[in-house]
Amino acid sequence: MTTGDDEVRPEDDAVWLDEDAGSLVRPYTVTSGRTHPTVDLDLLTLVVTVRLSPALDPEYARALELCRTPTSVAEVAGQLRLPTAVTKVLLSDLVERGVMAVQAARTAADPTDRALLEKLLDGLQRV
Amino acid sequence: MVYNESESLPTQVKILIAGGFGVGKTTFVGAASEIEPLSTEELITSASVGIDDLGGVEGKTTTTVALDFGRITIDQHGIVLYLFGTPGQRRFWFLWNELSAGALGAVVLADTRRLEDCFEAVDFFENRGIPFLVAVNEFDDAYHYEPEEVRSALELPSHVPVVLCDARDRSSAISTLRALILHLLATAPSPSA
Repeated sequence: MTTGDDEVRPEDDAVWLDEDAGSLVRPYTVTSGRTHPTVDLDLLTLVVTVRLSPALDPEYARALELCRTPTSVAEVAGQLRLPTAVTKVLLSDLVERGVMAVQAARTAADPTDRALLEKLLDGLQRV
Repeated sequence: MVYNESESLPTQVKILIAGGFGVGKTTFVGAASEIEPLSTEELITSASVGIDDLGGVEGKTTTTVALDFGRITIDQHGIVLYLFGTPGQRRFWFLWNELSAGALGAVVLADTRRLEDCFEAVDFFENRGIPFLVAVNEFDDAYHYEPEEVRSALELPSHVPVVLCDARDRSSAISTLRALILHLLATAPSPSA
């Protein structure tokens, strides 16, 4: 028999993974293995820090630092160098804790909206 | 609404940059973007099976695919244009499904040395009715083809524009985006119609 060290039992690993996680232990360790965000976020959802919270894991603290002004989920993922799926879980945790808020934004996706297209054309002429 | 902020909210616009590996998507996004281009990785897992076709990605494997991200702010009109670049191959279509939701249009980058690499991206946008153009990224060591030759090689319908670009050059990348907007304007119903 091995030592009586039952502080770390094999089955403890199980709680790190939900049923969909497969072999994704490493990417999702920052979110304690959870792979599903509890808040509905897409790549262009803007999130903004409500208050900084020092007692958080580094990735969470960095996300709060990044989002002092409203920032898109995609941009947070890029800055944190985390997959967007992981970033969404992390950000939704922060929203649930009340230290981050989702900010409303309008996405314009109508390719026949001439007023929008004219504005884009004008704007791109000036950049 | 509790917050009556809608007047001051920026309008977000999403344009997709697709194409095969190594065709210059990252370069293009970087050249056009006002911020340092960001690159993240998307996870491809067996958990995605059932969401979309993952043919070629078998079993409990984990792979990643690069996702490039850039931004152009058009302050005077309160518009923020976001650029997303990722490979257009069929096995990444589950990712494209999220990316293309709410997208205004797309640029398919093509490399004349490997034109077939952009077939799947062209298919994706055609099947979903997302307006796009094909931009031939002119690599220094590639034979120069005329846009019409590229159109015929790709069997593109006549309404899809084919333009030439240099993905390394900011003004060329911006011109390509303008060409896409002009294409949308040309196909949008005119107000007098």
